[in-house]
Amino acid sequence: MMEITGTGIGQGVAVGPVVRMAERLPEPVDRPSHLDPEREGERARGSLSVVAAELANRGAKAGGAAKDVLEAQAMMAEDPSIIDEVTKLLATGKTAERAVYEAFAAYRDLLVGMGGYMGERAADLDDISQRVIAHLLKLPAPGVPNPGHPFVLVARDLAPADTAMLDLDQVLGLVTVGGGPTSHTAILAREKAIVAVVGAADATALADGDTVVVDAAAGLVVSTPTPEQLADANARIAERAALQAAPVTPGALADGTPVPLLVNLGSAEGAVEALRLGAEGVGLFRTEFLFLDHNTAPSVRDQQEHYTKLLRAFAGKKVVVRVLDAGADKPLSFLNAAHEENPALGLRGIRALRHSEVILREQLTALAAADAATDAEVWVMAPMVATVEEARYFSALAKELGMRVAGVMVETPSAALIADRVLAACDFASIGTNDLTQYTMAADRLLGTVANLQDPWHPAVLRLVGDVGAAGAELGKPVGICGEAAADPLLAVVLVGLGATSLSMSPSALADVRASLARYSPDDAKALARAALAAEGAAEAKRAAEAAASEITASRATAS
Amino acid sequence: MVERTVRIGSTHGLHARPAKLFTQAVAASGTRVMVQTTGGPAVNAASILAVIAQGIDHGDERAVLDELVELLSTDHDE
Repeated sequence: MMEITGTGIGQGVAVGPVVRMAERLPEPVDRPSHLDPEREGERARGSLSVVAAELANRGAKAGGAAKDVLEAQAMMAEDPSIIDEVTKLLATGKTAERAVYEAFAAYRDLLVGMGGYMGERAADLDDISQRVIAHLLKLPAPGVPNPGHPFVLVARDLAPADTAMLDLDQVLGLVTVGGGPTSHTAILAREKAIVAVVGAADATALADGDTVVVDAAAGLVVSTPTPEQLADANARIAERAALQAAPVTPGALADGTPVPLLVNLGSAEGAVEALRLGAEGVGLFRTEFLFLDHNTAPSVRDQQEHYTKLLRAFAGKKVVVRVLDAGADKPLSFLNAAHEENPALGLRGIRALRHSEVILREQLTALAAADAATDAEVWVMAPMVATVEEARYFSALAKELGMRVAGVMVETPSAALIADRVLAACDFASIGTNDLTQYTMAADRLLGTVANLQDPWHPAVLRLVGDVGAAGAELGKPVGICGEAAADPLLAVVLVGLGATSLSMSPSALADVRASLARYSPDDAKALARAALAAEGAAEAKRAAEAAASEITASRATAS
Repeated sequence: MVERTVRIGSTHGLHARPAKLFTQAVAASGTRVMVQTTGGPAVNAASILAVIAQGIDHGDERAVLDELVELLSTDHDE
């Protein structure tokens, strides 16, 4: 038995055999071949055509968009230009491995130089090159394995291209050596509700075929588990399956106090799945995707069309739309082209929109028109608000352009500290816990070296949430939470104890949070919040809340 | 030699997917076809890499054969 620690994503458990993702091959050494060019040519052409057939075959199996990509890759593997180039290189006495490597690298550099869409295809060429070289060397192909049975994938880290190729029906769990809670693997795991432990440095010791228990809730991977550990894991898997299958009810505490469970969406696409999982509305609709990939802002008509599609799906429900949140990690050239030393502290969110007010006006106009044409209850909010004056400006503009309810995101400590005055200037607040944590702890959320500080359990962050909750209760205005914090089942109870009136999360977290809320009364939630607030740090706050929670559960067991 | 000039229909130019359809059609025709953009070098139309590496944009003009004209003028991004 060996325990490997990492960062768990979600609350799931998985048991299964390890399949390791083969590591990338090193660059083939440039040494003279001991075979003649004709013989090397046969080897190269043979491997190129095997890889092409393999890719075409996978494409036929995959279907859809993946089929086109794989078929294009198959053609690239047998491309006459590549074969010409390889033949030329072989004539100079190189090995087949080296010639293939150089031929693909030349086209790769060409595509990278073209930038944009073509630049992104460079990774496809790298992938083909690696496959062909692996075939020449009789090594397993690098990339996502397909063993033909359910497995736990162990990888250094997953690239977006790998995750696109992953057959999710076969993946029981994911373990990565690298990556943090915001890595691509973690995002995928959250989105698709895959049991995952990331940043598990010691996972390099796992071998193909080892049976492991992946315990995301505990951030633990157990190899060669004892029979007791296996039985416990299987019991938890069954328990969670029952939980996921439980009837979808509105979010509420044990006494029936409603806590609406909303979802975070990045486009209208996820609406059907979110509703199936019991979303009572949308707590954060991100609108960036409409603007990223564009050199200019999309037209009012295009925007209106997309908003209408989303609002139709949520007829009769609340939809909170966040206006364009550009800057920092998602810069938009037409909004802010200036280079900034500290983009997280720069011209972003409402600051950037104010600077280009026409974009904000167009977005609000499109939203108001979509609102008028549909039956959803549309609220609009501004990101990165730091002052009362910004809240007042946004609220006035939104009302002027026809929106009925306008609020602000609380992501800066300043907005939280004077939440009473900020809330007096608008209709509601929604706390963005990711940014609020980053700004409270003064730790860049994109920087791995300070990732340990990016923990919403920190009492300093919780105290700010409590201040906003108290201000909301005083003024009778809603205070929602939208951020990863709301997806943590126990932290969700603490946030409600601190005064949150609704919680918004990834759709995959709804069932866990719903079940957790139903275990506690409003007084219990307040007791958990008090315990966490009084702690020294994030880890201590979590432990204190866990202790308070088990005390409540235990006393209830004695009473009944 | 037969020569034709055509304006590219695909919204994002001749990227991987339309380039794939085009080179597949060329390969299926069994004849040797060259393509070139206005002022660019002539490249083997059966090579998907050579075709996409030309970075042909929407609206660019290029010389090709009749039977392939329709493929190129269709917007495959619809």
